Amino acid sequence: MFHFEVVTNWIDALLREHLSEGWTLLIEFILIGVVILTVYSVLALILIYLERKVCAFFQCRIGPNRVGPFGVLQSVADMVKILLKEIIKINKVDPFLFRLACYLVIIASICTFGAIPFDKGLQAVDFNIGVFYLLAVSSIGVVGILIAGWSSNNKYTLIGAMRSGAQLISYELSCGLSLLAIVVLSGTMQLSQIVEQQADAWFIFKGHIPALIAFIIYLIAGHAETNRGPFDLPEAESELTAGYHTEYSGIQFGFFYLAEYLNMFIIAAIAATVFLGGWMPLHIPGWESFNGIMDYIPPVLWFLGKTFFCIFLALWVRWSFPRLRIDQLLSLEWKILMPISLINILLMTLLVL
Amino acid sequence: MDPIINLILFFCVGIAMLLLSVLAITTRSLLRAAIYLLLVLICTAGLYLFLNFHFLAAVQLSVYAGGVVILFVFAIFLTTNKGEMLLGHSFQRYVYGALAVILGVAVTVFAWMKHRFLYAPGPGLTGDWEINMKVIGQTLLGTGKHQYLLPFEILSVLLLACIIGGILIARKK
Repeated sequence: MFHFEVVTNWIDALLREHLSEGWTLLIEFILIGVVILTVYSVLALILIYLERKVCAFFQCRIGPNRVGPFGVLQSVADMVKILLKEIIKINKVDPFLFRLACYLVIIASICTFGAIPFDKGLQAVDFNIGVFYLLAVSSIGVVGILIAGWSSNNKYTLIGAMRSGAQLISYELSCGLSLLAIVVLSGTMQLSQIVEQQADAWFIFKGHIPALIAFIIYLIAGHAETNRGPFDLPEAESELTAGYHTEYSGIQFGFFYLAEYLNMFIIAAIAATVFLGGWMPLHIPGWESFNGIMDYIPPVLWFLGKTFFCIFLALWVRWSFPRLRIDQLLSLEWKILMPISLINILLMTLLVL
Repeated sequence: MDPIINLILFFCVGIAMLLLSVLAITTRSLLRAAIYLLLVLICTAGLYLFLNFHFLAAVQLSVYAGGVVILFVFAIFLTTNKGEMLLGHSFQRYVYGALAVILGVAVTVFAWMKHRFLYAPGPGLTGDWEINMKVIGQTLLGTGKHQYLLPFEILSVLLLACIIGGILIARKK
């Protein structure tokens, strides 16, 4: 199996050979930052194209097909357009909070993105508290959304922000609890170790029914966390124009847009890492030759394949179901998902014991 | 890491914290004060990270940034009118405030002088001091010496009381 560990270790060794430790670290920090930002934006372009295509197929249309072969360059063109757009100054906004909001949202998203293990050694942040770090950092984004709605000086944005706050805080609980079920199973919170432990079988197979329940709950709650699909109340376009980011224009709007798509990717990537084995190939105990063949597929492809599978599920749900009402949304979380995930943790603990 | 880089990072975070805390109490807009407070809390989490207390940093972020400040923001949303500014304070309040500050500084300086720092000769900022999550979990829920099951359970009773109180206030007649 080829791991990116080889490349990253080689760069590290090369730098350490020629420079002092401080400079090595500085250069590595800059390199990691550049790589993460690049991957972040490229993934956003891919996701936007994918969403438009998948949406088109669900609605029996063709979708973008003019720019480039099959319209693949459409989102690049859109990116150039959004970069050239004017940032409109809104009357009577709180300028400091208005600008801060979009940065808070995108910083929370990028910090979470850094902790995703793409491959062995291809992970920027690998703390001992991995899963907890993900939950903690992603919670900053809520504040960004709330102050975006407030500081825009607009009724629609304020209502959108209130809905979004209520929704994100409630669904964070189920998200955390379903991840906790897997932490109970694996006995560690470090993402790299969680992946390593799935070498013989993925947790969704290893954990029997509780893991399956946790996976489904995580997909639903995670989907709600991204403010999309049937849970897109914060930006319900027929009621609130565009929710909390109505007043934003140009690249400031672009930040919200990017963060939304990348949050979808992050949720899918965490689902893939924690439940479907991350970059670990499909191994079935006993089938040696089958495992050998599976090892030939590079781990990064495994990871991306699983992630895009989860993303496809999210898109499918988004374009198939009508929007919920706010009371239905909250009672789904507090009266159905959360009790189930609490009981699920108990089940998982019994299973582990 | 290099001591110099450590120092630079530490001073950046420290100065940011000082500035933001001053801004948090001098600003006239309630929501801005809450957001400055949030930034101070995030900087505090940065200090914990700096000391390799990853767990504490994550707790700081998820409890304060993800919980307390959002609660503040919601309370401000629901109670104040848009564009409402805080009035200037009376002279008396400044005097009380100054007294409180002097008292706080005195207590801090006293504790600082009194305390014997374990790592003072060789500052413990170097090296990898990350504490394993397993150790933290077992310490939190253990019954032995230097373990914290009882405080943990007492806190959970307090939270239960809060939840019941919340339901009592919010329930329909």
